[in-house]
Amino acid sequence: MSTQLNLGVDTYQQSVIDYVEGRIALMPDAAEPNSVAYNRRSFLKLTGLASGGFVLAFQMGDDNVAHADMDAKFAPNAYVRITKDNLITIFAKNPEIGQGVKTSLPMIVAEELDADWSKVKAEQSPISSAYGTQMAGGSTAIPRNWDTMRKAGATARSMLITAAAKKWKVPASELTTDKSFVIHAGSNKRASYGQLADLAAAVPVPAESSLTLKKREEFKLLGTRVSGVDNPQIVTGQPLFGIDQQLPGMLYAAYEKCPAHGGKVKSANIDDIKKLPGVKDCFVVEGTSEATSGYPGVAVIATSTWAAFKAKKMLRVEWDEATAAKDNLVQLTAQAKDLAKEQGSTKVKNIGDVDAAFAQAAKTVESFYTYPFVSHSPLEPMNCTAHYKDGAIELWAPTQMPTFGVRAVSAAIGVPPDKVTINQTRVGGGFGRRLMNDYMCEVAMIAKRVDGPVKLMWTREDDMTHDFYRPGGFHSFKGAIDAKGKISAWQDHFITFGTKGRPVSGGGMSGTEVPGPFVPNFRLTQTLLPLGQPTGPWRAPGSNSFGFVTQCFIHELAVAAGRDHLEMLLELFGEPRQLAPNEGGLHTGRAAAVIKLAAEKAGWGKKLPAGRGLGLAFYYSHAGHFAEVAEVSVDQNKKITLHKVTVAGDIGPIVNLSGAETQVQGAAIDGFSTMMGLEIGFENGRVQQNNFHQYPILRINHTPQVEAHFIQSDYPPTGVGEPALPPLIPAVANAIFAATGQRVRTLPLRREGYSV
Amino acid sequence: MLRLNVNGKDMVVEDADDDTPLLWVLRDHLKLVGTKYGCGISQCGACTVHVNGNPVRSCQIPASQAQGQKITTVEGLAQADGTLSALQKAWIDHDVAQCGYCQAGQLMSATALLKHKPKPTDADIDAAMAGNLCRCATYIRIRKAIHAAAGNLQGGAE
Repeated sequence: MSTQLNLGVDTYQQSVIDYVEGRIALMPDAAEPNSVAYNRRSFLKLTGLASGGFVLAFQMGDDNVAHADMDAKFAPNAYVRITKDNLITIFAKNPEIGQGVKTSLPMIVAEELDADWSKVKAEQSPISSAYGTQMAGGSTAIPRNWDTMRKAGATARSMLITAAAKKWKVPASELTTDKSFVIHAGSNKRASYGQLADLAAAVPVPAESSLTLKKREEFKLLGTRVSGVDNPQIVTGQPLFGIDQQLPGMLYAAYEKCPAHGGKVKSANIDDIKKLPGVKDCFVVEGTSEATSGYPGVAVIATSTWAAFKAKKMLRVEWDEATAAKDNLVQLTAQAKDLAKEQGSTKVKNIGDVDAAFAQAAKTVESFYTYPFVSHSPLEPMNCTAHYKDGAIELWAPTQMPTFGVRAVSAAIGVPPDKVTINQTRVGGGFGRRLMNDYMCEVAMIAKRVDGPVKLMWTREDDMTHDFYRPGGFHSFKGAIDAKGKISAWQDHFITFGTKGRPVSGGGMSGTEVPGPFVPNFRLTQTLLPLGQPTGPWRAPGSNSFGFVTQCFIHELAVAAGRDHLEMLLELFGEPRQLAPNEGGLHTGRAAAVIKLAAEKAGWGKKLPAGRGLGLAFYYSHAGHFAEVAEVSVDQNKKITLHKVTVAGDIGPIVNLSGAETQVQGAAIDGFSTMMGLEIGFENGRVQQNNFHQYPILRINHTPQVEAHFIQSDYPPTGVGEPALPPLIPAVANAIFAATGQRVRTLPLRREGYSV
Repeated sequence: MLRLNVNGKDMVVEDADDDTPLLWVLRDHLKLVGTKYGCGISQCGACTVHVNGNPVRSCQIPASQAQGQKITTVEGLAQADGTLSALQKAWIDHDVAQCGYCQAGQLMSATALLKHKPKPTDADIDAAMAGNLCRCATYIRIRKAIHAAAGNLQGGAE
């Protein structure tokens, strides 16, 4: 394997994380010569279809070049296709992982097009550099594609109007559109978009400046509840997912890796395995030293998944663990607790004079918070199908990151990126796990040695023990209240994980988390503990843990000051103003508005029986302002019932109300599930949980009522897959305090004797 | 050789080992991939099918033991002419799925529930559906869709 082509973990993983967290728009890369920066794809291209009708696509690069391969390649790169039968096909460029983009992105186009949604067919677009970066992560699909999708729809509509105006010899200004028809009220003429498609194909693409986009109050489709476009296939069990892919002559692969992350194969009973029924082959894969590019292991190739799984169980591998992870979480935790007594060695942020504020404080509070490593555990275990032939590879991949997947596979097996074709499948859950393309690299390395297509299937045990975990962390807080009852100082020693001075993914804090920008004296220091386990973004990375610790500690200070939590939060935010990105980027007015709305809808301040309480928390992440109030009761045996979560969010205008509500409900329940019982431990580099019996994700019988309220502002729309999760955890923890007077500072709560 | 009756059709499987779980015979040999693999140890319910009308975890029963029984999978819930069941319709109307991966198993458990309890209470739903994990946590809508399909007026709160 060429080390030159090998993307190191630092390069690859960091670029994924930077992209997800918005630090880079698109990775510049010579390997993708056709890549175009997001902002440059601002106009649209028209082309005809052999079958009649027309297609709108993005014009990219040189106009003549685009024309030259128009027939062969242009149509698949389209966003809108209208055929004579009045069928409108709209392509969604990003992977569908359950966040609803295959429905919501086409809805935006359909709105501006005035298309009849019941006759729109939404399709997953091909994976191609023509679409720019294609990925699902960071709740970015809507904000990154909103303008482009609207213009795509408005451009098509404008061309259809121009075509009708010519046909009927009337001024375009007299024409209106509705449900895939152009209408001339004066002469009572109507023509469907399909009838006009051929004529529209001859109309020049209008200048972007000539387009009139709808105002929010003119939206007919956006903001309504629309059922997911794949629902009819889902409820009838059609093959949509990666695991469902079947190819003629396909074989099945299982892959055994070292239980301690990063170990290499010393020897294995390969000859014995080859003799087992249904086994076609068994071989060692050299792999790489990076988790993201595919670790070394032993592959079993068989005629069925079951034969491959059975043979995998019979494997006896001797591992070389010289370079493998050796972490012991119990030791690391003890180390962190010792470190908590001191300041961190790295000063991340220092504002004002914290020590002076402590000296002058009316009250000080000290607390130590911890949260565990957690796994993503999407319900569809990692899998990928690949066919390597004549120096080229085609993959059928349930990935969140197809664009980077091309690069990763190219590097893993040393074929040029233009010889890597990815067919994007529907994805059975992401949560950040599938931002990493390790399983795609693995199947590529395996497929290179298999004659014909092969599907790599991980077991659940493989999936849980070879994840990129949300890192655990430890926070040693000290806060001060001044004579007026205000927070006068905030100090956090964050003990996290990392190497070479750089925190692992999801383990870096900036100090802009609320209340950072709003307290006069602030100090954030950091200590890094070395870690061999791979980590990665987990739904609302960073925020899902920082929300817990910061928003609980604010409540602790409010309690110490004898003040109402709601009132203290609103006081912190002060007058409405937009914070700069380096201050965290939130808008204090929008923050205050969602906090007030959540409090009002939840009945903040209402009388509750003993053992029952309300807890409040706000968090800003992924450009979404979210406040949540949890209503909790706790019985004498520390059994917790989460009765209701009231959520108020401001993510600008809502695209699909059904989608937005279900994301909020799912995020809230995911947060509750995680805080109650989920944790990953490791000893000698080996993960100790391997299936759901040891990783108790909550079921329907512990599901709270979740009420979602949206403030639909005219701010640009932002994503909703993630930002409703972070406030849930502190809201519930604060409610437990309100119900019992007991402060919970260690997650999961199961550890402290709580149950559901 | 296995002889199975799946969704009302007799099927023959030539090349599966006797101990192959029904799940993998359905998926790999019969190409009925609606039934999903989630955990392999009966913890998640994604592989739920009906054997003689009762919900079972197909990852746990060898296909050989399912011979001579009536097996129903998610592909067999709709009528032969494609008319969807009340639950399938409710699942679409209430936009239940997020990623959708667990939903075949959820539908099979819900179908069995309504067969035994045509008007289930929330407690009935909890008891029948707690074996089915949804990682996206679409539980609120699952409850609502079951009530809707049952024609219950009082739905679970959204």
